[in-house]
Amino acid sequence: MSGGVVIVGAGQAGVQTAFSLRQAGYADAITLIHDEAVLPYQRPPLSKSFLKEQQDEEALAFRHRDVYDDHQISLLLEERVLQIDRPNKNIRLATGSHLAYDHLVLACGASNNRLSIPGAELPQVLDLRFLDEAITLRQALANAKRLIVIGGGFIGLEVAATANQLGLSVTVLEAADRLMARVVSPEISGYVLSRHSAEGIKVHLNAMATNIQENKEGQLTVSISSGEELSADFILVSVGVHPNTELAEEAGLETDDGILVDEFLTTSDPDISAVGDCARFPFAFDTSLIRLESVQNAVDQARCLAEKLTGNPTPFQAVPWFWSDQADVKLQIAGLTPTADQTHILGDLESGKFSVCCFNEGVFIGTESINSPADHMASRRILASNRTLSPTEAGKDGFTLKAFASGQ
Amino acid sequence: MIKVTYVASDGTKTDVEVHEGNSLMHAAVANGLDGIIGECGGSAMCATCHVYVDEAFADRLPPIDDMEEEMLECTASERRKTSRLSCQIEASSEIDGIVVSMPETQI
Ligand SMILES: Cc1cc2nc3c(=O)[nH]c(=O)nc-3n(C[C@H](O)[C@H](O)[C@H](O)COP(=O)(O)OP(=O)(O)OC[C@H]3O[C@@H](n4cnc5c(N)ncnc54)[C@H](O)[C@@H]3O)c2cc1C
Ligand code: FES
Repeated sequence: MSGGVVIVGAGQAGVQTAFSLRQAGYADAITLIHDEAVLPYQRPPLSKSFLKEQQDEEALAFRHRDVYDDHQISLLLEERVLQIDRPNKNIRLATGSHLAYDHLVLACGASNNRLSIPGAELPQVLDLRFLDEAITLRQALANAKRLIVIGGGFIGLEVAATANQLGLSVTVLEAADRLMARVVSPEISGYVLSRHSAEGIKVHLNAMATNIQENKEGQLTVSISSGEELSADFILVSVGVHPNTELAEEAGLETDDGILVDEFLTTSDPDISAVGDCARFPFAFDTSLIRLESVQNAVDQARCLAEKLTGNPTPFQAVPWFWSDQADVKLQIAGLTPTADQTHILGDLESGKFSVCCFNEGVFIGTESINSPADHMASRRILASNRTLSPTEAGKDGFTLKAFASGQ
Repeated sequence: MIKVTYVASDGTKTDVEVHEGNSLMHAAVANGLDGIIGECGGSAMCATCHVYVDEAFADRLPPIDDMEEEMLECTASERRKTSRLSCQIEASSEIDGIVVSMPETQI
């Protein structure tokens, strides 16, 4: 029997690959391997609505069980892939059996970075990537009063904003000199800082947590690099992720902070592809090698891969986009903007509705929008087209991204 | 549980039993209906959950807020008077039996 496509990991990328394959007419076997006991689920709500509402877990599942069956996708729960035997084109599972593949898809995702400071292993120091961790966090939020979030990136700030809305006293510690420094412009960092501060969240920048101590009552004290000490009932650590590359490395595939793939998402072995958070790929807009951690990237790569595996290979060139939902701050990013050397603001910060257009050497590379979805959607259209937008054009009186995108 | 009828762009109707409190976007996606994508998971950030709501139910829905309003201007298929983002519609007894039509394309 043919092994068909075997997919390692049933996160956003793995599940999308399976369904997109069927949509594209793939007729052989599809096996999707998931290392948890629950049905595969989406992660974005875990730092947002799931913490606030008594949302049941079913509302997070990508698909109901019978939909996998209807699409003849064989979903293995509580199963892990331990090893890839490339010469024989099969994989070894934790439960002992072997599975043959015609094509193997690595959709292994990423794992949270840990803090390596004393006290990081205490049970009140929480992590957030998996559903069970979100349930623990939700319970902690319901029972505790003071939260310290270590890490001022998207996820840390989303949890901080949610906890603040729930009435907890919230402090955020960020090691860099501004929030979300890896992903947004200083303008957005500054604006988001002012909004969260106005809502009562205490933000410490340039603050490294150096030590966590627990007293007899279970209260935590966090020491930070400035010498200050802060107390909390519990802590959320959100200090970035690293790609799950071990399986690929042990199989001798090329990796470099991610599983290396070409523009068709093929690894150094033509019978193995990688998609989503674990893949490092050539960026269509400037050919640098990048790795993205976003739903859009996982979903678009999965679709592109399904096309390749059904005989329609096209290079991966989707426009990246991101969102972050931090209480009243709805942040949307079109394109990749960290290399911006020039920005232009449309709208005004006071109104809480504006966009930062980003340029690199005079070339439009993307837009970071606050509560301005029309600007965001227009920017995606502009980036996907071949039109060039100059800083001078964007600076003209009456310029709007929407009008420009529709060619006016 | 309430009943929701989804009409695909080719006219095919699918009835789905939806738990109260769940969004019409999630119910469609979880049941494998291809006409709704719901990429952002319901944050009103992607406009890939666009539907046309049967007029008889239009005034029983919560009003369209500013974010949804702007996103609706950017849908892949034409916006009509009855356009809504299905992630912003929660199943409740108020709208039992609601009929929503899915547009030709979401991307
Ligand atoms: C709390 C949170 C909030 C987020 N919010 C947003 C957001 O608002 N917007 C956005 O765009 N993105 C968001 N993200 C990021 C987004 O969820 C990820 O980019 C996306 O899930 C990546 O999908 P993936 O399939 O590549 O990886 P994952 O979702 O990590 O899935 C990979 C799966 O593979 C499994 N696996 C790994 N190795 C094996 C093995 N050997 N055998 C079997 N299974 C294996 C893993 O356990 C995991 O379940 C958020 C992430 C988190 C954690
Ligand atoms: S699911 Fe993204 S806007 Fe509704």
